[in-house]
Amino acid sequence: MAQRIDVKDLNIFYGEFKAVADVEMSVEPRSVTAFIGPSGCGKSTFLRTLNRMHEVIPGAHVQGSVAMDGVDLYGSDIDPVAVRRQVGMVFQRPNPFPTMSIAENVLAGIKLNNKRISKSDADDVVEQSLRHANLWNEVKDRLNRPGSGLSGGQQQRLCIARAIAVKPQVLLMDEPCSALDPISTLAIEDLIAELKSDYTIVIVTHNMQQAARVSDRTAFFNLAATGEPGRLVEIDETSTIFSSPRVQATEDYISGRFG
Amino acid sequence: MTSTQSPPTQDGVRPTKDVESPRPGRRPRTRVADKGASRLFRWTATGAGALILVLLVAVAAFLVLRALPALTTPAAELTEEVSWMGEATSLLDFVGPLIFGTILAAALALVIATPIALGIALFTSHYAPRRLASGLGYLVDLLAAIPSVVYGLWGGLVLAPMVKPIWAWLNEYLGFIPFFAGTVSPTARVLMTVGLVLAVMILPIITAVSREVFLQTPRLHEEAALALGATRWEMIRVAVLPFARSGIVSAAMLGLGRALGETMAVLMILSPGFLYSFKLLEAGQQQTIAANIAAQFPEANPLGVSALIATGLALFVITLVVNMAARAIVARRKDFSGAN
Repeated sequence: MAQRIDVKDLNIFYGEFKAVADVEMSVEPRSVTAFIGPSGCGKSTFLRTLNRMHEVIPGAHVQGSVAMDGVDLYGSDIDPVAVRRQVGMVFQRPNPFPTMSIAENVLAGIKLNNKRISKSDADDVVEQSLRHANLWNEVKDRLNRPGSGLSGGQQQRLCIARAIAVKPQVLLMDEPCSALDPISTLAIEDLIAELKSDYTIVIVTHNMQQAARVSDRTAFFNLAATGEPGRLVEIDETSTIFSSPRVQATEDYISGRFG
Repeated sequence: MTSTQSPPTQDGVRPTKDVESPRPGRRPRTRVADKGASRLFRWTATGAGALILVLLVAVAAFLVLRALPALTTPAAELTEEVSWMGEATSLLDFVGPLIFGTILAAALALVIATPIALGIALFTSHYAPRRLASGLGYLVDLLAAIPSVVYGLWGGLVLAPMVKPIWAWLNEYLGFIPFFAGTVSPTARVLMTVGLVLAVMILPIITAVSREVFLQTPRLHEEAALALGATRWEMIRVAVLPFARSGIVSAAMLGLGRALGETMAVLMILSPGFLYSFKLLEAGQQQTIAANIAAQFPEANPLGVSALIATGLALFVITLVVNMAARAIVARRKDFSGAN
């Protein structure tokens, strides 16, 4: 299920403005890769190119290639909709569909993919996905209540359940804990540790302790100055990045000297 | 708890000032901040709100008081005095077909206009390139600026001859549907044509309101759908339409309100009749309340005017009921509206 991602010479633009330049990296399957860096360095922008969500903003486009198991996601014959069905995404703020119940939220992706699904299969998917997202015990008695009635942390786990219900190859998380309290954050981090046995996970985080706790590999992004494009400074084993990074800027950032 | 010197709690924090819990359902009164400009604003806003109520009550009172003579006069005397009541045996007997005609015409307009308006609104909010969208929106708004007399002239002189063959076709091949049954009018001055003109007239308001609502869909929800692998249409279905549901109902009700009260266009196009008839293509079948008032008013005697105002009262009640029904529809799935 999980697949590796190879990024080559990727330049990302908003209209004329080059936001991220010359990214070159590989993301290993069944692992957690964390992106860290100061605000505005392009880590979220880069994350969104991995499922072609970047281009929903008018004028946004990329140059270069992002290959998933050898297939270029930006090939001319690739439908962005198909890419997004294989690469799930969890956003900064929990965004369950407010008009849907908890169960409907979990099934939303499956219904979109136009699969006819029997009632019992649907129930199975709902239970499995919610169990996988460590949410089942909290919501099993109110599956037909609106998802927006849950707490922030529960909503975020509901969004994770919704993302994994369609069995994606890769799971992207854009600062999934930034709107959550420490206990909910811990629940999500535990969940990430469990999910990595099945999925390739890429997570953007502002919290360096979080990157150190959950990830196997860490990539540090930085930008020279405002108006300049962001760049990937280095990517390595998380333990290496946090103990003996090769680049001085990385060390300065993780030791809190800037950013 | 006492309000004097409460002991520090465990973590050394003094509990905050002992506040009387406000009674549920009542807004706590703020005395401190309510001074000067703030107070002026508060009273202006309250006054504006109250003005609506006063106006509504004034209109209702006017209608009831002026309709009273007709309502209290015995039916036999009324039909004798008021020449144009025709074969109607009582006021109720007279106003019934008018209510029917009014609702039928407005419903017809709504059925035609809503899908088109939603299509235009979705196109301008989610499909069209920005420049085209604003141009199109401007054009639709222009439709609202055309006086209804002009719509009436256009409907009677231009549209009616144009649609005549279409109505004939509908009658010939779909005549088994009650709406298209009967004898097709050779002038096409029928309720179907009226419905079409009314639809054009209410198109701008429905389009404008629903476009604004569509544009307010939270980006977060749209992206949630797209990230799940939704196509643009699926994203609209999953994120935009559910979010906009109550707004669409409001937009349609605004349109319906205008269609219910529209006078000139109906008066100038429709060949009237006073029947409970679903035949949309036959002449001399229906009439609307507003158009009937305009048609009879100039030659009505005092009792006749009173009878006309009574029909106006009926129109007022219909509009109120329609709006209340719309609110009930919107409120039914409140939990799922995303407002919490």
